[in-house]
Amino acid sequence: MTPPPGSLLAAQELRKAYGPTVALDGAEFSIHPGEVVAVMGPSGSGKSTLLHCLAGIVPPDSGSITYNGRELATMSDAQRSALRRSEFGFVFQFGQLVPELTCVENVALPLRLNGTSRKEAEKAALTWMERLEVDDLRKKRPGEVSGGQGQRVAVARALVTNPRVLFADEPTGALDSLNGERVMELLTDAARSTNAAVVLVTHEARVAAYSDREIVVRDGKSRDMERVV
Amino acid sequence: MSRGQWAKDLAMGVRFAFAGGREGWVRALLTAVGVGLGVALLLLTTAVPNMQSVRHERESARADIDYSYTDLKKSDRTLIVADVDTDFRNEDIRGRALEPEGARAPLPPGLEKFPAVGEMVVSPALKRLLESDGAKLLRERLPERIVGTIGESGLIGSHELAFFRGGDGLAPYIDGARVARIERFGDTSPTETQTDPVLLLLVIVVFVVLLMPVAVFIAAAVRFGGERRDRRLAALRLVGSDSRMTRRIAAGEALAGSVLGLVFGTGFFLIGRQIAGSVEVFDVSVFPSYLNPSPALALLVGLAVPAAAVLVTLFAMRGVVIEPLGVVRTAKPSRRRLWWRLLLPLGGLAMLWPMIGQGRDNGTFNEYLVIGGVLLLLIGVTTLLPWIVEAVVARLGSGGVAWQLAVRRLQLSSGTAARMVNGVAVAVAGAIALQMLFAGVESDYTKQSRYDTQRAQMQVSMSRGSQLDPAVEKFQDTKGVQQVYALAEGYLGERRKDPDMGAEMTVGDCASLRQAAKLPSCRDGDIFYVSNSEYDEDTPKLAKQPGRTLYLDPSYEGGPPRQEIAWTVPKGLKPARTQEDFMGMQRGGFLVTPKALPAAATPALQGQVFLKLDRSVPDAYDRVRNTATAADPLSYPMTWYSTQTADRYATIRTGLFVGAVCVMALIGASLLVSQLEQLRDRKKLLSSLVAFGTRRRTLSLSVLWQTAIPIALGLLLSSVVGLTLGAVLLRMTATPVMVDWTSMLSMTAVGAGIVLAVTLLSLPPLLRLMRPDGLRTE
Amino acid sequence: MSIGHTLLGLLESGPRHGYDLKRAFDEKFGHDRPLHYGQVYSTMSRLLKNGLVEVDGIEPGGGPERKRYAITDAGITDVQQWLATPEKPEPYLQSTLYTKVVLALLTRRNAADILDNQRAEHLRMMRILTDRKRKGDLADQLICDHALFHLEADLRWLELTAARLDKLAEVVTK
Repeated sequence: MTPPPGSLLAAQELRKAYGPTVALDGAEFSIHPGEVVAVMGPSGSGKSTLLHCLAGIVPPDSGSITYNGRELATMSDAQRSALRRSEFGFVFQFGQLVPELTCVENVALPLRLNGTSRKEAEKAALTWMERLEVDDLRKKRPGEVSGGQGQRVAVARALVTNPRVLFADEPTGALDSLNGERVMELLTDAARSTNAAVVLVTHEARVAAYSDREIVVRDGKSRDMERVV
Repeated sequence: MSRGQWAKDLAMGVRFAFAGGREGWVRALLTAVGVGLGVALLLLTTAVPNMQSVRHERESARADIDYSYTDLKKSDRTLIVADVDTDFRNEDIRGRALEPEGARAPLPPGLEKFPAVGEMVVSPALKRLLESDGAKLLRERLPERIVGTIGESGLIGSHELAFFRGGDGLAPYIDGARVARIERFGDTSPTETQTDPVLLLLVIVVFVVLLMPVAVFIAAAVRFGGERRDRRLAALRLVGSDSRMTRRIAAGEALAGSVLGLVFGTGFFLIGRQIAGSVEVFDVSVFPSYLNPSPALALLVGLAVPAAAVLVTLFAMRGVVIEPLGVVRTAKPSRRRLWWRLLLPLGGLAMLWPMIGQGRDNGTFNEYLVIGGVLLLLIGVTTLLPWIVEAVVARLGSGGVAWQLAVRRLQLSSGTAARMVNGVAVAVAGAIALQMLFAGVESDYTKQSRYDTQRAQMQVSMSRGSQLDPAVEKFQDTKGVQQVYALAEGYLGERRKDPDMGAEMTVGDCASLRQAAKLPSCRDGDIFYVSNSEYDEDTPKLAKQPGRTLYLDPSYEGGPPRQEIAWTVPKGLKPARTQEDFMGMQRGGFLVTPKALPAAATPALQGQVFLKLDRSVPDAYDRVRNTATAADPLSYPMTWYSTQTADRYATIRTGLFVGAVCVMALIGASLLVSQLEQLRDRKKLLSSLVAFGTRRRTLSLSVLWQTAIPIALGLLLSSVVGLTLGAVLLRMTATPVMVDWTSMLSMTAVGAGIVLAVTLLSLPPLLRLMRPDGLRTE
Repeated sequence: MSIGHTLLGLLESGPRHGYDLKRAFDEKFGHDRPLHYGQVYSTMSRLLKNGLVEVDGIEPGGGPERKRYAITDAGITDVQQWLATPEKPEPYLQSTLYTKVVLALLTRRNAADILDNQRAEHLRMMRILTDRKRKGDLADQLICDHALFHLEADLRWLELTAARLDKLAEVVTK
């Protein structure tokens, strides 16, 4: 059970149950630097759980997850949190921006959690907001911007720490196709430019089409679609 | 709109109030408890006037010795009453010796027949006391056989200690002050007895201070779960109810909570009424039957409370339009303006101001102005606080992430935060003011004691004409007595009746006299005159007229006939210089050693015995009282306190503290509920914050700040308002203003403790919410 | 849609007469377009010529409908290959894909693999189109989008079918 050579993040034989509900039942995963992998599958198939396990948010019941050669299971909760702060970035479907903070403060938040000073953090945040074409929203609060704009702010926030892995869980789920595609374009462009790996959980094929590779999760089992038949 | 529809909508609201699982119940319960407390307090308040009047009626119905000498002849309808009050430990005991002079002598209220000599009738509380262990000394003092208990009509409180005993041979002692002959009980000239205005002030302020936070709490309580309710109402609109219906449903919800609160409140009141019968505050106890709220006022409470709850709900819903697809707030809340918020506390001050310096001696306080002023000042806290929170929070600058999260959240919804804290702030402000008032009034009483408790701790007034020497001997043999000084006092006039000039006469041995004046030298047989007493101009003149006849105990027009014993100013008077005696008085007149006193003078003198006690001897005071009673049943022992009322207010202050803590705990509970509700609404956000690596500590801290900042501001404001109110109230009672830092700090600490407790209690659910399960959408 | 592969697949479960084959085909796949017997006859003779089937026996009475066909090993390999090769993603594939899935179920092959295989092929096509779209001008984008939406519809159908394979198997093999 060794991770595939050259992989940045890999998981083998992942099992996870929430009470009687089995979410993962021997799932496998691997991703290389700069790679965009789409995780697809029907609702309740366990794709979000796979993402949570990979990101070290949820510990699996069994199986191994290695990031950069380190086994996540051997790390403490604090270490995993630190890892998420510095090496990972996250974009969710909604409800992720702190409604009280302005957009630029939201984007700067991960940097500030890492101890960067407010001024510097907000400067870096603004750079990323420019790249995602939302720098004019800096003073606005999340409640005052549209869904697409908010999601771009969220992407900026996920990228502001220059993460090695970007986890995106239905990042376009709440957006119309045009906005969704723009977000996906910006997200994948930004990730490629920083050589970040992207784990993209989606149920939309057109979103998955932005990936390099696809994995389908069904009933807790994963299937790498490159190796079918 | 038909009446049936109205009822249906209200009923639906009532159902919603209790629906929603455990959370719904907790919310309904908290609302009900809050409303219940308010109702109980209101009912109690409405019962107080009744209680006072009942006590007053009882008091005047049993009035006997009225300090006015009336020349009543003995008949078969007269009764001689002697005041034989006594103390046991710190308890006052009302005692009366009764000597009926005929078959038709009046019976005092609560008594069925006169106790014979050697018998007594006691109050239930005294009976309990006498039967208790450790009351042996009292039993010695009251050795009479108990033949009955005093009925409720003869007592003014369930805990009053009182007895009647049979008396004999009291007639010679009749003076209208301690012993009187009466034909009937009851105040002959009932005056509108005036309650001590300071006491009245205290009572008023106590009620206002306790009621205010409860009112604020009720206002906050009926808004519990407001957001959730709005969402529910939006869902109702989606399925076709119109906006009026939703308002009625919301009103129904509020009504349900407050009606349950009425039930609770009635229960609390009935319980409190029973408890009131078993406690004693300020040496005042009451029978539960005294506490009957007047029906009209009770009805008013029963109608006003639910109505207020509904009105608050509707008021809170103004500016909110419930649309089928959600809640729309019509107007962006405008920036809070300061001027009208300042107007309230300033108005309160203005109402109290005219009464400053009025004190105890300058008539009563205007109750309405007091209530109005205190109310306005306290309401001022609730109106000022949102403004202050908004203003301060808007200026709060950078800090850590936790700080930033909290500050930003407060900036966005400072109103909610302030509203939650309002109750605590009002409670603290009121409590600080009250504690200050109590502390001030307390020290006021303390300072009034001029007695020199270093030289003596007890004084026994013997009855006029009694032999002093045997009594002194008995006192000297009493355990715990270190030193006995005895001074017999009388008054000289230059004529038998209605003299123009006069001088005191003090008889005592050299040691005792030296306590009253500076003597050049002293031997038994000497007579001195005080040459330099400030208020005594007659003595030096009379002292220079040796041979002049003066009369000891002269009579006065309208008073009883006195002894009028002739005494000749002797030659060879020695001058003495005055000094402060035991009682802090400068004595004038003639100082006579026992050998120099003609035997005939003794009946005209009243003995005063001053005792220096060894206070380490247990029950020394009560031993002295027993000796005094044995030596002279009509003697009157008094205990001197340097801090006269030190623990007098202690009970009520403790009670107040406990009350304030309870109110604040209740507010804390509601704070917790809304905190949890708010956290639950942010479940997804919290989980995503955790996902990108936010430390739990950061989020916990931000929750702490979020409560701590408004509470800190609230406590600050309430300290200022509390101190101001306290200072004004003290000035009103003409008491020097002193800040009672201990109670201020303790109240503030309680407030801070509540915040801490709320934060700590919301941490486990917070940590649970921060678990990644929150990210799961399906 | 390849009628030849379909008929071959039907033969896998056992030798059949030509008339039986037509009936089976109509029943499973020809809901709206029953086969002409002539089609069956010409197809079978082509398969016979290519050695994918053989004549198992002839009923007395003569005529092509009396011939009983059986599949050869070469025929089985041919079906296998056909099923395993994803169709070129293009519009209106459903009937072919459906036939493939049903045949796979009938012949106890792994139908899910067929669907997944097709799915991967579709996504590959979508990636190419997406990439072209990102680099192209507005006209390219619009054209690509049209194709993408169609492909997405297919892909959804594939997902849905995959989710209902068990039910389909029940119906088909009853």
